[in-house]
Amino acid sequence: MPGHVVPVRVYVMVFLALLFLTGLTTGVAFVDLGAMNTVAALAIAVVKMLLVALFFMELRYSPGLTRVVVVTAFFFLALLISLTLADNFTRPWTPTPSGWGDSAPTSQNR
Amino acid sequence: MPEAATSSSHSGGSHRAGGAVVVGHVPGLRHHFEDMEQQHEAGSLGMWAFLVTEIMFFGAVFAAYAIYRELYLPGFEGGSRLLDIKLGATNTAVLIGSSLTMVLAVHSAQTGKRKLIVLFLILTMVLGAVFLGIKYVEWSTDWTKGLVPGLHWAPTEEIHGNPPLGSVEMFFCFYFVMTGLHAMHMIVGFGILTVMTIMAWRGRFSPEYNAPVEVSGLYWHFVDIIWIFLFPLLYLIGGRY
Repeated sequence: MPGHVVPVRVYVMVFLALLFLTGLTTGVAFVDLGAMNTVAALAIAVVKMLLVALFFMELRYSPGLTRVVVVTAFFFLALLISLTLADNFTRPWTPTPSGWGDSAPTSQNR
Repeated sequence: MPEAATSSSHSGGSHRAGGAVVVGHVPGLRHHFEDMEQQHEAGSLGMWAFLVTEIMFFGAVFAAYAIYRELYLPGFEGGSRLLDIKLGATNTAVLIGSSLTMVLAVHSAQTGKRKLIVLFLILTMVLGAVFLGIKYVEWSTDWTKGLVPGLHWAPTEEIHGNPPLGSVEMFFCFYFVMTGLHAMHMIVGFGILTVMTIMAWRGRFSPEYNAPVEVSGLYWHFVDIIWIFLFPLLYLIGGRY
């Protein structure tokens, strides 16, 4: 039989874990952790993504070729985001573009 | 058709007799594949290749969001606080529920339960419709609050931190583009799942042949994962405390 048949119990447990993490990340948003708020929200999102990808999308049981393709995608995604941000975050001398319309030009948070 | 003498590296040799490939045995096996296992892997890999392009597509939007959030942080935080966090969290739970019913549909296909496939596929679409319904409520509230850039931009509510209105407008541009692209993907998903429901109803799937349901599931879960990231980025990291 092609494909791997996963017991329903596993799916239900993953579902409950995802619901718990949704509640957790919503709750954490109301606690002041400073910069850690963003880190916590994204970390929980990554864990949820892994649960969905590994169990619901069955990457855990997929052949190596499929996994290589997925990992490669994330490698290039990391390149896209990190190089773009590296460029942007290391140019403090360029002024932030001002707003438009009724908003006054401002230097914002530089 | 591979030559009979060709020794494939693929392991599933159950359909060969005496080195010759037996043709026309399993229903659903296309002639250019050696066996069901290979066909299944090729189909799954094909969908993943498509999802890779989708990852890069949404990845570019996420990268742009990161840059503009950094440039106009007060506007993005103030804008984020105008969103309804309860509806956002509810929608996350609804979409996760639809992912559960989707895997249960795949499971039913793998175990050959025709009526359950149809039931779970319809449940998946119902939950998807609930998601879009809640999204509609949110969007129409945004409209009445004058938070739609370009079409109806006249915020009346006080915005936390009094950021320049232009930067809040930028946040809402991202909000509508990101949630809009996500909603469009869900509508495409409805089309795919409708076809799957009809195919399942006609008894096209079996424990041997169910790749279309599984591959549709990959797409549906991918759209779920996009929302798993949109929810914290748009609703949560605006400093609600």
